[in-house]
Amino acid sequence: MHLAYPAVLAALLFCTGLYGVLARRNTILVLMSVELMLNAVNLNLVAFDVWLRDTLHSGQALTLFTIAVAAAEIGIGLAIVLAVHRSRGTSDVDRLRDTAETDDAEALPDDTDDAADGARATADQATAPAGKAQKAEATA
Amino acid sequence: MNLAAAAGHPGFLSPTGVEIAFLLVGVATLGAAVVTVTTKQLVHAALWLVVALGGLAVEYLLLTAEFIAWVQVLIYVGSIVVLLLFGLMLTRAPIGRSPDADSGNRWVALGVAAASAAALVWVVVDAFRATWIDLDGPAQGSTDVTGAFLFRHWVLPFEALSVLLLAALVGAIVLSRKNTESTQGTQGTQGTKDAAARRTATGDDPATGDDDATREDKS
Repeated sequence: MHLAYPAVLAALLFCTGLYGVLARRNTILVLMSVELMLNAVNLNLVAFDVWLRDTLHSGQALTLFTIAVAAAEIGIGLAIVLAVHRSRGTSDVDRLRDTAETDDAEALPDDTDDAADGARATADQATAPAGKAQKAEATA
Repeated sequence: MNLAAAAGHPGFLSPTGVEIAFLLVGVATLGAAVVTVTTKQLVHAALWLVVALGGLAVEYLLLTAEFIAWVQVLIYVGSIVVLLLFGLMLTRAPIGRSPDADSGNRWVALGVAAASAAALVWVVVDAFRATWIDLDGPAQGSTDVTGAFLFRHWVLPFEALSVLLLAALVGAIVLSRKNTESTQGTQGTQGTKDAAARRTATGDDPATGDDDATREDKS
């Protein structure tokens, strides 16, 4: 078999997963895209292992290890997603902006208490109470 | 093509049966993957992921890596997709079309993915233009061979992997456990004051305290 077939298929699958990671909004769909990328790497490992006829079969061993690590990763990732969903009420990666550098609409509740009086611009004053109320509703 | 055949390699234009099968299954796998990352129905994305991962298992079989193919079917199709479906269910994913499944930067993502795909495919085809995999002979990934190399050369990473799986198990339990103290701490002061007042009222005088509590609930 020509080596370009599995290599090109793996490259295209990896880029499909890359698009999914960048474009999806739901966290679980992002995890699915990460699985696609990991599988593309696995296909590359198996194809090159079969091509090189390695006596140690490092490619296939690494593929098995990658599958096990992916299983562990999906377990931990889903636990984190469920914890975030329980405390925030959403699993939308675009709304989880607690550590974002911009201070619009989703600042920490302590910061809004301190800074809502004077330092905030008028545009932020319109959006800050909504974000604060949403946060309080999610944490209650 | 004659030169390639003379050099001991099959040509581009004479694909073998294995290559045709690989190509067809690869097209199906890639199509399922594309549907997985573009569909607006979240549960359908998980089910199309099953098709993509199953197609990859068939590709492993065509590459004579049998053990990895069955491990792929067992772990990916059997457990990871089920975990993802449970995750979708527990996060109350909407059944049916959800219009906000894709982020706003979809076109930027499409550009990045298309650029990287073009670069990767160009480099890979250019590098492995004249390379063929020899699939004849004994299977290189049968259970016999896999067991031999795994427990002859890779025993220590294998055992370290079991420690990693244990750590992942403990971590998942710790992360998904309901931490009652911290949730009480993060509640608003108003709610805790009400609860404390209610508790002291019931503790001081049970009969009237119950009346107070029911009155508060009604009001």
